[in-house]
Formats: sequence, C-alpha cells, structure tokens
Amino acid sequence: MCVTCGCSDDSETTITNPQTGEKIEMKTQNHQPHSHTHTLADGTVVTHSHQHTSTVPKTETKGSEIHAKIHGNTIELEQAILGKNNLIAAQNRGWFKGRNILALNLVSSPGSGKTTLLTRTINDLKSKLTFSVIEGDQETVNDAEKIRSTGCNVVQINTGTGCHLEAAMVERGCEELNPPLNSIVMIENVGNLVCPALFDLGEQAKVAILSVTEGEDKPIKYPHMFRASQVMILTKIDLLPYVQFDVQRCLDYARQVNPKMQIFQVSASTGEGLETWYNWLESQSQQL
Amino acid sequence: MHELGITQNIVAIVSEHARGAPVKRVTLEIGKLSAIMPDAIRFCFDVCTQGTVLEGATLEIIEVVGLGKCRQCGTEVPLDQPFGICQTCNSVELDIIQGEELNIKEMEVEELCA
Repeated sequence: MCVTCGCSDDSETTITNPQTGEKIEMKTQNHQPHSHTHTLADGTVVTHSHQHTSTVPKTETKGSEIHAKIHGNTIELEQAILGKNNLIAAQNRGWFKGRNILALNLVSSPGSGKTTLLTRTINDLKSKLTFSVIEGDQETVNDAEKIRSTGCNVVQINTGTGCHLEAAMVERGCEELNPPLNSIVMIENVGNLVCPALFDLGEQAKVAILSVTEGEDKPIKYPHMFRASQVMILTKIDLLPYVQFDVQRCLDYARQVNPKMQIFQVSASTGEGLETWYNWLESQSQQL
Repeated sequence: MHELGITQNIVAIVSEHARGAPVKRVTLEIGKLSAIMPDAIRFCFDVCTQGTVLEGATLEIIEVVGLGKCRQCGTEVPLDQPFGICQTCNSVELDIIQGEELNIKEMEVEELCA
C-alpha cells in the first residue's frame, strides 16, 4: 500500500517461470497523480503532488522534507534480531545434511581443555572416522597447528574483537575446508560460556565442555549455554583427587538446567571414560 | 559484550528498512531469558547509531517476562532464569514458552514523499 495516499502501489512484483525463462511483471491499477495540502504549525501551507510512476526516481526536495515532518510513519517489523544468522545457520545445516556430515559445536570457557580433548579424539578415532576442524579463537593459529599435527584438515577463524563464531564464518570456513562426504566437522568455538549460546551455526548439537578445575556450579551460573547444549563433557577427571569439585552436585545442577542432557566424564590425558564419548560420536555419525 | 554486536545488527536491520529516511523511534522486544541485557543495549545504541539514519532516535525496550510450561502436567511457571521447577508436580522438565524474544518490533521513520 502507498503510505502517502493509501492506494495500491507499484511494488514492481515479478513472476518468473524458470521452465520457460519468462518473466512477468505484475501490473497494478494506474492511479492518478494527485495533489494535497498541509498546513504546518507555523502557518506555512505546503501543496504538493504525488506522481505514481515507478520510473520517476525518488528525489528529496525541500517540499518533501517539510512534508516528511508531518508524516510520522510507524513500520511494524517484527523481525528477529538474529534472523540473518539463523537463516545462514539453516543453510549450513542443509549443507551438512546434504553431505552426510555430523557437525558439532564445541563450547566452553577458555582453558577447559577443548583442544586437548579434540586432538586426543581425532588421534584415537582417525582410523575409523574422518574429521575436519574449524577452529575459532580471537587471535593466533596455535590451536589450528595443534590440530594440524594430527594430520586432520583444519581452518582457523580469528574473530578479532568478536567473542563468538557466527554462522556466516562457519559457512566461509566450510568452503575453505571442503570436508568430505560422510565425515565429522568439529567446530571449536571461541572460549566463552555466554554469547556462543545465542548463535546457531548450523550444527547438529552443541557440546559443552566443563573441566573439574572450574566451579561445579557452572551449569547454573551459565544456564543459557548448558540449556542450549545436548551434551556435556566433564573433563580432567584425573585431577579430581587434587581439587575441590563435587561431581554429583555438578551433575545435579546440569540436569536441573537441562534434564535431557547427555553427560560424559572423561580425562583426555589418562584416557579414562573416553570410550563413552567415542561410542556416542560413532553412533551419531551412523545415525545421519 | 555481545550486546555491541547485537546492537550493530539492530542498526543494520533498521537502516535497511528505513531506506535513507531519518528514524525517530525504534521499539525492541527483549525477553528476560534471552541472555541480553537491555541496559547494555541502551548503552551501545547511542554509540552504534552515530552517523547513521538512527542518530538521535528514541530507543524503547519492551521487556518480556519468562514463562515455562511443565511437560508433565502443563502448569505454567514464571521463570527468572532459563530453568526452574514446576510448582505443581516438581518436575524440572519445563519448555520455555515466553521470555526468549529478541525482536525489533517496530520503527518510526520520517517518511519522505515521492
């Protein structure tokens, strides 16, 4: 609808038929140019006309500027602020699905041992499964080099001042990475338990990693992340004798935030508990 | 400070819809369970809008309270954080049905006539 006079406008809608290559422009009823008058608060009378022809470029004139002062115009948007990211994430999800790829988004605070767990997982399973890795960090390619030493393909995304990966970065990363069909793409997010919860990357599941050197109440301190994750891996359990960490309490908190969360307890240095995590990975990649 | 990036998104979306017209008001809908702090958005808004069509625009934020619904018995439970316990049956299996909103509801522009 034309916001000026309420008539149907020339929205220049076209219908394209890909079979014939025909492009049809939808015509709307021609409405007559008309003029109208406004009286400004200071008594100035402004009369101007509206040309309803789409070919006339819209130019700002002095008259229209005055006119604009009268027409306050409310536009209902109802648009999701993260809509653009969600759309690209949905495209990524389709891209992964089409290639039969299991994509996992690994999230945690810095220093929880994501990279160590990932390197160990790749080394232990590389004879059975094909991995590719997207590494997200604010700076440096250190993590990518660690992953590269396992022989697996990796791209590093440096977010600079950004504190999380976004779907568009993963899209670009996948173009570079070109992961093979029927493989696993591990996306190691920037170490941060806040923002990555908000940004869908197109992954099948978020995997939250929590180490026993952190507080056992992390799941309720950062509930958004633990609620958004389908899996939690409690790492560094070989250190339990040396730290004050109540495992049962941590699990209770985690289940309180997310009753359906799958939880694994592992140590990437001794290998304890890794079998359960590996079994889950294998079953997930077979279920695709 | 993910609110900075979020605010930049808001400015980008609104600018796109404004098509060059000055924007007078932007109304957002932010759920209490959305992990976004309205105060931080307000703080970033003034910075992010400088030199754009949104400069000087009023920012209105409608905060939506959190509400969960029990999967077991269907009771609706008010929530301050994205988890909780059903008051009726003590289940922790709650679906969040309200409070995760993160929307630009509407904007007011000074419409320029053709």
